[in-house]
Amino acid sequence: MSGWETVIGLEIHAQLATRSKIFSGASTAYGAEPNTQACAVDLGLPGVLPVLNHEAVNMAIRFGVAIDAEIDHRSVFARKNYFYPDLPKGYQISQFELPIVGKGHISISLTEGEHREIGITRAHLEEDAGKSIHDQFPEQSGIDLNRAGTPLLEIVSEPDMRSAREAVAYARKIHSLVRYLEICDGNMQEGSFRCDANVSVRRFGDDQLGTRAELKNINSFRFLERAINFEVERQIELIEDGGRVVQETRLYDSQRDETRSMRSKEEANDYRYFPDPDLLPVQISDQDIASIRAQLPELPEQKKQRYIDDFGLSNYNAELLSSNRDTALYFEAALVESPQLSTPLVNWILGDLAGALNKAGLEISVAPITPIMLSQLITRIDDNTISGKIAKQVFEAMWQGEGSVDAIIEARGLKQITDSGAIETLIDDVITANPEQVEQFRAGKEKVLGFFVGQVMQQSRGKANPAQVNAILRDKLK
Amino acid sequence: MTLKSDDVRSIAHLARLHIDEDAIEHYVHDLSSILSLVDQMNQVDSSAVVPLANPLDATQRLRTDEVTEVDQRDKFQVIAPDVEAGLYRVPKVIE
Amino acid sequence: MSMSVTEIRRGLAEGRFSSVEVTQDYLARIAQHNPVLNCFISVTDELALAQARQADADLANGNTQALTGVPIAHKDLFCTDGVRTSCGSRILDNFIAPYDATIIENFKRDGAVMLGKTNMDEFAMGSSNENSFYGSVANPWNIGHVPGGSSGGSAAAIAAGLAPGATGTDTGGSIRQPAALCGVTGIKPTYGRVSRYGMVAFASSLDQGGPFARSAEDCALLLQTMAGFDPRDSTSSEQAVPDYSAALGDGIEGLKIGLPKEYFSEGLDGRLAAVIETAVDELRKLGADIKEISLPNTSLSIPTYYVVAMAECSSNLSRFDGVRFGHRCADPVDLEDLYKRSRGEGFGEEVKRRILIGTYALSAGYYDAYYLKAQQLRRMIKDDFQTAFDSVDLILGPTTPEVAFEIGAKTDDPVSMYLQDIYTISLNLAGLPGISLPVGFVDGLPVGMQLIGNYFDESTLLGAAHSYQQVSDWHLQVPELAR
Repeated sequence: MSGWETVIGLEIHAQLATRSKIFSGASTAYGAEPNTQACAVDLGLPGVLPVLNHEAVNMAIRFGVAIDAEIDHRSVFARKNYFYPDLPKGYQISQFELPIVGKGHISISLTEGEHREIGITRAHLEEDAGKSIHDQFPEQSGIDLNRAGTPLLEIVSEPDMRSAREAVAYARKIHSLVRYLEICDGNMQEGSFRCDANVSVRRFGDDQLGTRAELKNINSFRFLERAINFEVERQIELIEDGGRVVQETRLYDSQRDETRSMRSKEEANDYRYFPDPDLLPVQISDQDIASIRAQLPELPEQKKQRYIDDFGLSNYNAELLSSNRDTALYFEAALVESPQLSTPLVNWILGDLAGALNKAGLEISVAPITPIMLSQLITRIDDNTISGKIAKQVFEAMWQGEGSVDAIIEARGLKQITDSGAIETLIDDVITANPEQVEQFRAGKEKVLGFFVGQVMQQSRGKANPAQVNAILRDKLK
Repeated sequence: MTLKSDDVRSIAHLARLHIDEDAIEHYVHDLSSILSLVDQMNQVDSSAVVPLANPLDATQRLRTDEVTEVDQRDKFQVIAPDVEAGLYRVPKVIE
Repeated sequence: MSMSVTEIRRGLAEGRFSSVEVTQDYLARIAQHNPVLNCFISVTDELALAQARQADADLANGNTQALTGVPIAHKDLFCTDGVRTSCGSRILDNFIAPYDATIIENFKRDGAVMLGKTNMDEFAMGSSNENSFYGSVANPWNIGHVPGGSSGGSAAAIAAGLAPGATGTDTGGSIRQPAALCGVTGIKPTYGRVSRYGMVAFASSLDQGGPFARSAEDCALLLQTMAGFDPRDSTSSEQAVPDYSAALGDGIEGLKIGLPKEYFSEGLDGRLAAVIETAVDELRKLGADIKEISLPNTSLSIPTYYVVAMAECSSNLSRFDGVRFGHRCADPVDLEDLYKRSRGEGFGEEVKRRILIGTYALSAGYYDAYYLKAQQLRRMIKDDFQTAFDSVDLILGPTTPEVAFEIGAKTDDPVSMYLQDIYTISLNLAGLPGISLPVGFVDGLPVGMQLIGNYFDESTLLGAAHSYQQVSDWHLQVPELAR
């Protein structure tokens, strides 16, 4: 495999989070009964006409502003003509010349401190197609047009990525960005965020690009990485065996972890693009762009830097917290309650909370422990009401829905014992009960102290303040 | 500009139009004569002219993002050639 | 009996007859003449009578709108909820539209009664009405001749007195040319004046709906109902609609009218030229200031038009695929077979020709030479008119180069058929309004004169035509069979 360079460009389709479709007033909600959200316009009935959704345009501009892209004052919709049953009009309304978002760029982080600029060629608005369902009828396919007309932003990158890992880092970055911008829900399982990868290989030093294959049907970042890796190997083997890569569309099959040629799309496509005469050129003023720019939320890069500067977070932790908008929102909401406790908060969010969410398969936005609850828990550790160890019990109880931090501490009697008299009584009992270990300690076996601490904590059912226990024990054992 | 019968076959395929083999020559003739009419456009140099796509040179009006449509599936599917379980049916699509 | 829309309105208002009576009368005339003329694809008797009864109730209650109780026919290209909308095509022979076009809603809002849906060239592609799945329409002035097209059914219905008013669409002359050939008045408004929503598209950047009637006065009433902004059509204009009837009295005196020399050159039948000259003299007497002008790129309008129209139609007609509505072939073996046979069986010859040419013109390697080139010439043609309107208020010429030809005379030669549109299509390319009105006869067949106005200046067109019709009676002539 050495001696080969991989060249990857991605085409990302992000469904825009508008309420209604790009050219009709039908709902874009996911999961409705087949064809109940396909109105006359979506069905391409004779005589119907498209009218452009303002919000879709604004969302595209928001993306353009965030990647520092050129945004032309004039944008044109074109028809892409081809026949397919999930494409009701026999053409897709898309953009060809004059896309809404022109050249831009985005920076991806690879390893600690290492960055790479990825060029974005363009991003254009278009309508989504419907869905073909192949397994419902033995001899036929069923067509559901609910998705037809959902607005898509197609984000086309330059062929700037050199490995599957870079491609995934770029895709994740775009994913994070569109969610930050609140223009796409990013749900890959439901198809709201889809990646196609153009993959080619060439020998190091070649300045010509190799023939590329377009990989489709990739619905997770993991599969993106696998599909590219499989395809790269396939192409290198093919060329080394004296073969040639053909330009084609290949489908990724996650079950078999391989890509295969899509015969149905093999025929050279001639899309006959031309400006859609039912739609007029969209006029975008400098004021439109300026007002969208002014309303832009804080973006992941800016957040990350702020976390490093304000809370002294490590680059790694700051990246983890800021890359997912919901995680960042969670952190910031919790921080409002206990501004001075950023460090334990980060540790709990990236540690116990992330672990529990992962185990339960939940997103942080629906975590059973709210930011306020987590911040109260940390406050109770900080004010010595409970120990770090007891906190884990309380966390578990909150996760199970047993109530607030204080209610659980109260109900379970978990309040830390800090009364030194009470601790001394406990310690005296333990010392009396274990004369042998006392001898060992006094003979210089320091390790035995751990045994005593353990015994005292056990007796107190974990509630004794560990620092106090330690100090008093040392004193008494002298 | 004259077309050959294979040109007509490939255009007909692109347009998904069935044309009887014995009508191909007829189309070759008709389409070629239309194309020679169309070729009159080349009498004029228009290279400096900005293309006109819409007669009024107007710009697109934008719609507020609101759901205004209700489900009319039953009404729309009464006129469909083949529907089952709310889905439009077509011969199996092979991907 | 052959009443105008204006007369029917007056009669209904004065209670001289009811809407049911008028409607029954027209339905009877349709029943009598349609077997020969073939103007209607569908006659909606029951619906018409129900609407007429409602209209009579409204009239009795004083709840009257602009056209309450007036029977109207609609070109079968406008979607009508619950009524077949065939577009003259086999592919939509079974298509019951599930919604109303905007202009159909407008006519309902204004109380009109729908008599039925009129015959047309398939998908409005044609200049003779011979390209209909439902057969040719006969010209009421001579049933061996064509009525013009594509809105031939509507024009012939007015001429034969089968309806007092009708709708049509005009992509390259499809209102004005049949109006001329049938001796009636028809106006194609400015692009964007009448909503295209629910009007099945032929060529989206050229299509425009408009009315036919016996007179400019009637056309003003019908256009008032049709015109106006529609939020469902992105190309619809937000300009306010003036009161067209109020502008009828504006007259012709002082109007500067330009005669393009290119419209009076070779290709125009000399006998028609003479008829037009006479009408021009009449306008001069009415105080018009007539001068010669030039529209130098007129000859380019035919190739330009056909490239634009065919390219757009090839895409617009892709939705007829046998999946969601319309004709589906029997037992398709696979998807490609479904598409190819459904479309091959469903579309007629002329439609197929145009889809093929349009597909070719847009295909890789030809786009610049054909479509882009045509869009450039389109601007040059528009600029010619703009320049002309710097010095004139209206432009005048013949509507067609000859009177109605015999059925079958040009069916084997599509190009000679296209040349019939030479005077009408440049307006569609420029988006300008035009009206055709009858100004005489040649060989017993009507001659139409076309007036072309500036953007959104339908009032001046209607006013000028009305002034002429106040001093002439060509528009009152009726063919033998309608007397």
